[in-house]
Amino acid sequence: MSQTVDSEPSEVVAAPSPKKGKPVLSEGKRAERRLGLLLCAPAAIVMVAVTAWPIIYSVWLSLQRYDLRFPDQREFVFLDNYIAVLSDGYWWTAFGITALLTVVSVVIELVLGMLLALVMHRTIVGRGLVRTVSLIPYGIVTVVAAFSWFYAWNTDTGYLSDLLGADAPLTQQIPSLLIIILAEVWKTTPFMALLLMAGLALVPEDLLKAASMDGASAWQRFTKVIIPVMKPAILVALLFRTLDAFRIFDNIFVLTKGANDTSSVSMQTYNNLIRGLNLGIGSTMSVLIFIAVAIIAFIFIKLFGASAPGNDPGGKR
Amino acid sequence: MRSSPTGRRLLAAAGATLVAASTVAACGSSSGTQINVYYAPEQNFQSVIDECNKEANGAYEIVYRKLPRDADGQREQMVRRLAAGDTDLDVLGLDVTWVPEFAEAKWLEEWTGENKTAAEQDVLDGPLQTAKWNDKLYAATKNTNIQLLWYDETVTPKPPTTWREMIDMAKKLKGEGKPYQILFTGAQYEGLVVTYNTMVASAGGKILSDDGKSVVMDEGAVEALKVLKEVASAGVTDPSLTNAQEQQVQQGFEKPGSEAAFELNWPYVYASIQTGNPDRAKHFKWTRYPGIDGPSKVTIGGYNMAVSSMSTHKPEAFEAALCLRSAKSQKFSAIKDGVPPTLASVYDDEDPLDPNKPADATNNPSMTTAYPMKETIQEELADPAIRPLTVVYQNLSTITAKVLSPPADIDPQSTADDLRDGLQKALESKGILP
Repeated sequence: MSQTVDSEPSEVVAAPSPKKGKPVLSEGKRAERRLGLLLCAPAAIVMVAVTAWPIIYSVWLSLQRYDLRFPDQREFVFLDNYIAVLSDGYWWTAFGITALLTVVSVVIELVLGMLLALVMHRTIVGRGLVRTVSLIPYGIVTVVAAFSWFYAWNTDTGYLSDLLGADAPLTQQIPSLLIIILAEVWKTTPFMALLLMAGLALVPEDLLKAASMDGASAWQRFTKVIIPVMKPAILVALLFRTLDAFRIFDNIFVLTKGANDTSSVSMQTYNNLIRGLNLGIGSTMSVLIFIAVAIIAFIFIKLFGASAPGNDPGGKR
Repeated sequence: MRSSPTGRRLLAAAGATLVAASTVAACGSSSGTQINVYYAPEQNFQSVIDECNKEANGAYEIVYRKLPRDADGQREQMVRRLAAGDTDLDVLGLDVTWVPEFAEAKWLEEWTGENKTAAEQDVLDGPLQTAKWNDKLYAATKNTNIQLLWYDETVTPKPPTTWREMIDMAKKLKGEGKPYQILFTGAQYEGLVVTYNTMVASAGGKILSDDGKSVVMDEGAVEALKVLKEVASAGVTDPSLTNAQEQQVQQGFEKPGSEAAFELNWPYVYASIQTGNPDRAKHFKWTRYPGIDGPSKVTIGGYNMAVSSMSTHKPEAFEAALCLRSAKSQKFSAIKDGVPPTLASVYDDEDPLDPNKPADATNNPSMTTAYPMKETIQEELADPAIRPLTVVYQNLSTITAKVLSPPADIDPQSTADDLRDGLQKALESKGILP
């Protein structure tokens, strides 16, 4: 069903160049390219140094027993730390909570973000104002926003918990998780909406007009035209948000400090690394989070066919 | 994009000047020896430092580097710097539970000779124990701290002496429609561990062996779990017990329309309620912390002053640390900031702050006017409970707080088993922190 649509928007994408083989470059072009690479090199080297080195160092630390409080007992233990973490109930509880928070908040954000994007896209009056207002939550520092949620749900100062007649919601697991999700959704829906709006701009007006001429209802136009055309944008938005949501830290740190089994994997890593001073176990957890994030990205890109940032599947612009 | 080349050059020049200026300023202030004191925020501590700078007479200048307000934040900042080998740290304000950990990591300089004699002189036994590790002195006690039972004398003219008595009184008060709540620190953090440690010691129990190397968790420790469960599930605490830290406990008693009858908290609440709720302050009384059977043994808190092993001015740092916790400084801090002294003589000091003028509660306070509860504090300090002295205290505390939360869900036998298990792993620094 999406085939008919996929072939249509070729006018948006520039026609791909006919010859596939490697073009022969002139002398001048080659020199130009060499200069380009040389000019890029410093930036590329710095990037590698600041990203690759910490990753390699974490992996190296994760293979050691290294507790800052026992500097004399530092030794190489191969995969013992991984066994310790992966066989521990606390880790899997945190992992489950993180996965739950990620899935639920991203799904809600997608739905609300889509609605918001449609509103922002279709607004005729005060378009700038609507867009600015809807972006305010995203502009507020997460910790600051988290504190206002914290006080709103506290028993002493909490106008929201008074309003709902809730009894200290932040002291029980399920209500705490709901509040964390609420805080996350409130905060990042605008970001989602922004990414989706960029996708909406890709949907050609003619296509929608043609569909409605053919008798498609508003819902049919949305599901059969808009969504398929927007698919790349939606996937990129989902990818960004999922990766981001999986690393959730600040909202939990402020709202519950991980009490009542609301700890995420990032919280737990922080507890082991910074508070526990256990560089070995802490690095192991960081590496595991890195692997989890890599798997998420892999699933999105390979299985769902999201385009990696910077790649344009439609050909060269 | 829009700025012209001249504009950009101007900007660069301005930036360079700024950098140069700040470098010059940094050099200017360190003309003499500078002793950096990393210590928690304490309102009038700067005055103590100013006094000590006067006494140093130009030999060095003590600079107050204020750490974050919460204990975890303080520890984190110092640990991060020390682990990175920062030589700028000279004197460290350590919570009483951190000395073994910092000493074992070789971050602290041992106190020896004259300095040691001076740091041990006149110090109460409980606080002194917290400054030692492996029979060596690693810090000088700055102040101690100990919780009292605070109550409203119009609600309960005769305060309870044991937890169970207090629970029964609270239930009765609730039935009569009077303020009834028992407020204590029940959130999943160090405060809950302090409460539990007090209960264990009061029940004559032990969590760890004396050398801190093995888990004991005896009868007394299980008895304490029973009491903790009882108080948390009897319907006599604040509904947000599991979110209550010191501040929430203090505010819970002070707020208008408070339903609290009892508050277990540090002495600072006395000064705080005078401004927080002057009406209730008139009937705000204190007594010894409730026991389990017999008198309580209450957990001590407070701060110790240590010298960093990476300091480049160690002799001056020792001298500065000694001055900051001298009898005179401790008296000033007790009167001005409400932190209980660790020196026995300060409690008996009747002179007001300015000994040449008569004592006066507002303008020239003395220990007696500012510290009416000093006798109760002394009584508790005579037989205190020390939190387990071990290198891995932080892990111990995190796991204890986790296993005890929420207190209403404690099942004494199985919780004790969980705790024994988790603590044993923590002692071996195996397993992970929740």
